[in-house]
Amino acid sequence: MNIFSNKNSIAWYFILPVVIIHLFVIGVPSILSLALCLTDWSGLGKINYIGFENFIELFDDRYFIKAIFHNIIWTIIFLTVPVAIALMCAYLLTGIKRGQMFYRLAFFFPYMLASVINCQIWKYLFHPIHGLGGYFSSIGIDFLASSPFTTKETSLYAAAFVDGWHFWGFLVVIYLTGMYQVDNHLYEAADIEGATKFEKFRYITLPMIRPVFIFSIMIIIIWSVPVFDYVYILTGGGPAYSSEVVANYLYTHAFVRFNVGYASAVGTLMFVYVMFIVLVFGILRKLGWEI
Amino acid sequence: MIVSNFRKKEAIPNHIILLIFASIAIFPLLVLVFNSVKPFNEFGLNPLGPPSTLRFENFSDAWVAGEYARIFFNSIKLVIGSVFLCLAVSLLAGFSLAKLNPRGSTIIAVYLLVGISIPAQLYILPLFLLWKELSLLNTHLGLIIIYSALNAPFATFLIRSYMIRLPDELFEASKLDGANTFQMFFRIAIPLSWPVILTAGLIIGLAVWNEFLFALTFITDQNFKPIATILFSFQSRFENNYALVSASAIMMVAPIAILFMIFQRRFISGLTSGGLKE
Repeated sequence: MNIFSNKNSIAWYFILPVVIIHLFVIGVPSILSLALCLTDWSGLGKINYIGFENFIELFDDRYFIKAIFHNIIWTIIFLTVPVAIALMCAYLLTGIKRGQMFYRLAFFFPYMLASVINCQIWKYLFHPIHGLGGYFSSIGIDFLASSPFTTKETSLYAAAFVDGWHFWGFLVVIYLTGMYQVDNHLYEAADIEGATKFEKFRYITLPMIRPVFIFSIMIIIIWSVPVFDYVYILTGGGPAYSSEVVANYLYTHAFVRFNVGYASAVGTLMFVYVMFIVLVFGILRKLGWEI
Repeated sequence: MIVSNFRKKEAIPNHIILLIFASIAIFPLLVLVFNSVKPFNEFGLNPLGPPSTLRFENFSDAWVAGEYARIFFNSIKLVIGSVFLCLAVSLLAGFSLAKLNPRGSTIIAVYLLVGISIPAQLYILPLFLLWKELSLLNTHLGLIIIYSALNAPFATFLIRSYMIRLPDELFEASKLDGANTFQMFFRIAIPLSWPVILTAGLIIGLAVWNEFLFALTFITDQNFKPIATILFSFQSRFENNYALVSASAIMMVAPIAILFMIFQRRFISGLTSGGLKE
């Protein structure tokens, strides 16, 4: 639709402010970062071009490799646990009439809360004396006797758990929206055929919500890349790098050690990976995957 | 349309499972509420349960200890500033992309879509150095500009998808009456779009209120910090005074909880809209 075919310039003036502010804050600094990753700049003084040395160094950096590995674990956890629970809860929600809204609000509310709040709540609950650990020991069960955030074996999973606890309600709502669009006749037909609950879910619900489902998979993969708040607040990447993730590693290099070039190289890799994921899903859509 | 793919008697097991998950979602928040009104000396004996006596002074103690009057003012300033600036630029762009469609504007839409998925870690450091050059570090204006840019793509698309459904006849009629583009924007598009303006405003406000990474990086002066990062340092300062820490957290959650009760549908649809439509 074009109301003013000859007034293209006015239309562009309307778009200009958003473009300017976005270029200023995100566009230009991103391009700078993509350029600085080929230098050894420390934020002050001369900028030396060093080619791909930062990247070569990065792939030799065992802490960075560890961080990437942790991001992969993080992605896998989020692709499985919250997705499975949210699918189940959304499916169960379609089967009830009363209390719909109550459950939906209860599941969704943590998603609205700030990371500092959620972290504080769980730091307290996982406190060995005051939290759940104290409660379990008082009834004689040796569970959560030490904080999972400060234990090497569990710190990453504990941080992922808190983030997941805050996130899964979001998935319930988007799956539910998809499920409400499924035609009721399909379920009625399945009932006549004598299908079980699980069969109905597997052969009707899941295929029908595919677009929403694939969208959720995509955003989980993308959102698992810049994970920062929960790790920074709960564990700081520790103890002994046991919960280090790429974003926190970059943050340390950027704002503690001021390795501008090195941090930019990490940022560039994150960006390339995210763009690759976006591209893959774009191609799948073009191939007729109905995403 | 409600899908009822279960018979009525089968609904009870559904409720049981859903209640278990609802309590997992709500119980931790309940503990926070209990702790915010629990007397300090009760924590040792009763860390998780409801308090035996209510001590509302926790809130005033925390308010004084954390100097929250100033901090709330900081956060509110950031929220109001960002909501206004972001809505202003997004409304203009959303209107143009929905109704004016200048030639080549798809490039802008694509740019903004890519912009949404760029991880903040790519540009945060050059942005920090740029802000240092411009003396925008430790200023609220600097953070308001950042927050507006961060939320503008989302707001633009949300507004665009709403305005695209406004009937073209209205705009054509006003054009015949001699209205120019600005008059159409202010007299027709804006008054008819208040629902989406409200939704976008709430979502931007929520994002700014909760934001952590940029607030942590760009505001290091205690006097200018918003509540999200103050709470973070407060947690380590009063590490074992759970009454104070919990009361502070409740003060940060309360405005969101109240707004969520009033505008639940707007929050839910706004926060999930990015995914459900282009």
